[in-house]
Amino acid sequence: MWNWIQRFSSPKHFYGMSAMIIPWFAISALLIGVYGLYLGLFVAPTDYQQGESYRIIFVHVPAAWMSLFIYMVMATSAAIGLIWQIRLADMVAAASAPIGASFAFLALVTGSLWGKPMWGAYWVWDARLTSELILLFLYFGYMALQSAIDDQRSADKASGLLAIVGVVNIPIIHYSVEWWNTLHQGATVAKLDKPSMHIDMLIPLLLMAVAFKLFYGAVVLVRTRNEALYRDRNRRWVRELIEKL
Amino acid sequence: MLNAFYHLLIRDLRLALRNRHELANPLIFFVLVVSLFPLAVTPTAEALQSMAPGVIWVSALLAVLLSLDRLFKQDYDDGSLDQLMLSPNPLMILVFAKVIAHWLLTGLPLVIVAPLLGMFMSLPADAVSVLVYSLLLGTPVLSLIGAIGVSLTVAVNRGGVLLSLIVLPLYIPVLIFGANAVDVAADGLSVKGQLTFLAAMLALAASLAPLATAVALRITASR
Amino acid sequence: MLEIQSLECVRDDRLLFSDLSFTLAESEVLQIEGANGCGKTSLLRIICGLRLAEAGKVKWCGESIWANREDFYANMVYIGHLPCIKGDLTVLENVRALLDTRSLSVTDHVIETALTKVGLESYDDVPGKALSSGQRRRILLAFVELAKAKLWVLDEPLTALDVQGVQLMESMILEHKQAGGSVIFTTHHGMQLDCEMRTIELGSFTHAGQRD
Repeated sequence: MWNWIQRFSSPKHFYGMSAMIIPWFAISALLIGVYGLYLGLFVAPTDYQQGESYRIIFVHVPAAWMSLFIYMVMATSAAIGLIWQIRLADMVAAASAPIGASFAFLALVTGSLWGKPMWGAYWVWDARLTSELILLFLYFGYMALQSAIDDQRSADKASGLLAIVGVVNIPIIHYSVEWWNTLHQGATVAKLDKPSMHIDMLIPLLLMAVAFKLFYGAVVLVRTRNEALYRDRNRRWVRELIEKL
Repeated sequence: MLNAFYHLLIRDLRLALRNRHELANPLIFFVLVVSLFPLAVTPTAEALQSMAPGVIWVSALLAVLLSLDRLFKQDYDDGSLDQLMLSPNPLMILVFAKVIAHWLLTGLPLVIVAPLLGMFMSLPADAVSVLVYSLLLGTPVLSLIGAIGVSLTVAVNRGGVLLSLIVLPLYIPVLIFGANAVDVAADGLSVKGQLTFLAAMLALAASLAPLATAVALRITASR
Repeated sequence: MLEIQSLECVRDDRLLFSDLSFTLAESEVLQIEGANGCGKTSLLRIICGLRLAEAGKVKWCGESIWANREDFYANMVYIGHLPCIKGDLTVLENVRALLDTRSLSVTDHVIETALTKVGLESYDDVPGKALSSGQRRRILLAFVELAKAKLWVLDEPLTALDVQGVQLMESMILEHKQAGGSVIFTTHHGMQLDCEMRTIELGSFTHAGQRD
C-alpha cells in the first residue's frame, strides 16, 4: 500500500496522468459555468429587495467559498507533505496558493462592487468582507514565506507549517470578526442567507460553486505540472521529456 | 528538564539586563506612537477617549512586533540555537522559556506603562484598569504567536517585513477583543466576556505555540 | 554505536554525496576529508539531526536518531563553525549555560578546573566579548570536556586555535578515545593524532550521474 502511494505520487507519474484529466475538468467547468451564469443572470427571479444588482452573488459567494476551500486544500496538502514527505503534496500546496488568493481577491472585488448599490459605498467593514481580507493576507504571508526561503524543501515545510497555523486560526479570526461586526451593526444589512433563498436562486449558485471547483481542479493540475517540471528540472525524467521535444 | 527551562530563562534575562539600554526601545516606541495621535487630531477628551483603546492596543501590537527579532536572532547568529536544538530536553520547553523571558522584557513593561498612556488619551479610571488587564492577558499571546513567526523567518535576511505580514493577521483576534474590552469599560459595561476570550486565547497559545515554534525552528534553522 | 546508512545529501539542487555508509564504534576516531563545498559540514549536521538527509538513515545504538532523540543528544556533543559564546556573559557563565541546556549541573570548581586545562585559567570572570576568537574556541573545548558525551562531532575544531590550542585539541581527542569515546571530525589542517584513525574521503561519494 505504501509503495503504491509512493509510486502514484511521484511527480513523473503525476505528470503523465494529469495530462489526461485536465481536459475533462476544464470542459465540464466551462459548460457548467456557462449554464450556471445563464441561469443566474437571466433566469433567476429579481430579488424583491435589491433588484438586479444582487446577481453578483453568483460570482461573489462561490468565489468566497473557493478561497476558503482552497486554503483548506493547501493546508492539508502541506500537512501531508510535511508529515509523510510526499513532494507532490508540497507542489500541490504551492500551486494552489495563488489560485486561492485570486479567488479571495475576486470575492473582495465583487463584494465591493455589490456594496455600492447595496450600502452606498464601495467598502464597508462588514464581517464577511473583513474575514475575506484577512484570508487574503494569510495567503500573501504563505506565498511571501515560500519565496523568501531559498532551499525549496525548507520553504515548503515552513510555509506548510504556516498554513497549518493559519487553518487553526481561521475559525478564531472568523468568529472574532463576526463578533466585532455585530457590535457595530448598522441599521439593516440585507444578507442573503442560504435557508431563506429561493430555489431558483440557489440552483445557479450551486452550479457556479461546482463550476469553480472544477475550474480550480483544472488550474491546480496545470500549475502543479509546472511546479513538478521546475523543481525536477535536473532530474532524468524531465530531461528525457525535453529531449523528446 | 525544569532546571534547563529555568536556567535558560535566567540566562536570557541576564543577557538582556546587561544590555539595559536596548530594553527601553520597545517601551519608548510604545509611548512615542501613542503620543503621536493627539498631535495628529484635535485633542479633545471625547475624541481621544473614543480612539484610545484602538490606538493604545495597535501601538502595543507594533511595539511587540518590533521587539520579536531579539527572540532568536542572536542565538541563530552565534550558533547557540544549534546547541538548544541539540539539547536532550524537549525544544518546546526551551522555546517556552525564551518566550517567557521575552514577554517579561518587552510585554510586561508595556503593561506597566499603559496607565500613563491611558491618562494621555483621557481614558476614565475603570477603562484604565481594564486596559491593564487586557494587555496583561494579551501581550503574552502576542509574544507566543510572534515566536512562531520569528522561528519561520529566522533564516531569512531582513525578514522584518515578512514577519509582520505573517504575524499581524494572526494578531487580529487578540486586537479585537482587547481593544473592545477597553472600549466597553469606558462605557461602564461588563468586560467579562472579552477578558475570558483573551484568557482562552492565552491558554491555547501557551499550549500550542511553543510546539509550533519548535517544529518551525527545526525546519528553518537547519542551514 | 553510530551507524550511517546510504546517506544522500542535496544542497541548492546539487547532489553533494550519495550512498554514504559507515559505522562508528566505541573508541574510534573518524576523520572526514574533502575539498571545500563537498558537504563535510552538511554531513556532520545530518549526523546531529540538525539537517535532514535527502535519503538514508542515521542510527544510534541500533535505533533511528529520531526515535531515540533524547538518548542520542544526551550522549553526543557537537561543535560547529560558530562560536556559541555570548559576549555579555562571563566565561564561567558561558560554560555553565552550555551545560545547563544539557541538564548537567556542576560546581564552579569543576568548571574552573576545565578552564585551567584549556588554558583559560584566570579568565573566569572575563566577559566573552573581551576574548579573542581563539580564546572563545577554548571555552568550547572546556564545554566539550565537561559535556559527558560519548560521541564528539567536531566540525573544523582547529579553527582559530593557535599551536598550543591545536595540541590541546589533539590530546583531548586522544584522551577521549582512550576513555572509550568516539570522535568524528572534519578538518582542513592535518591533525597529527598518535592513534589509529579512519578517514573517509567525501569526494569519492559523489555520483556523476543524473538523479532519477
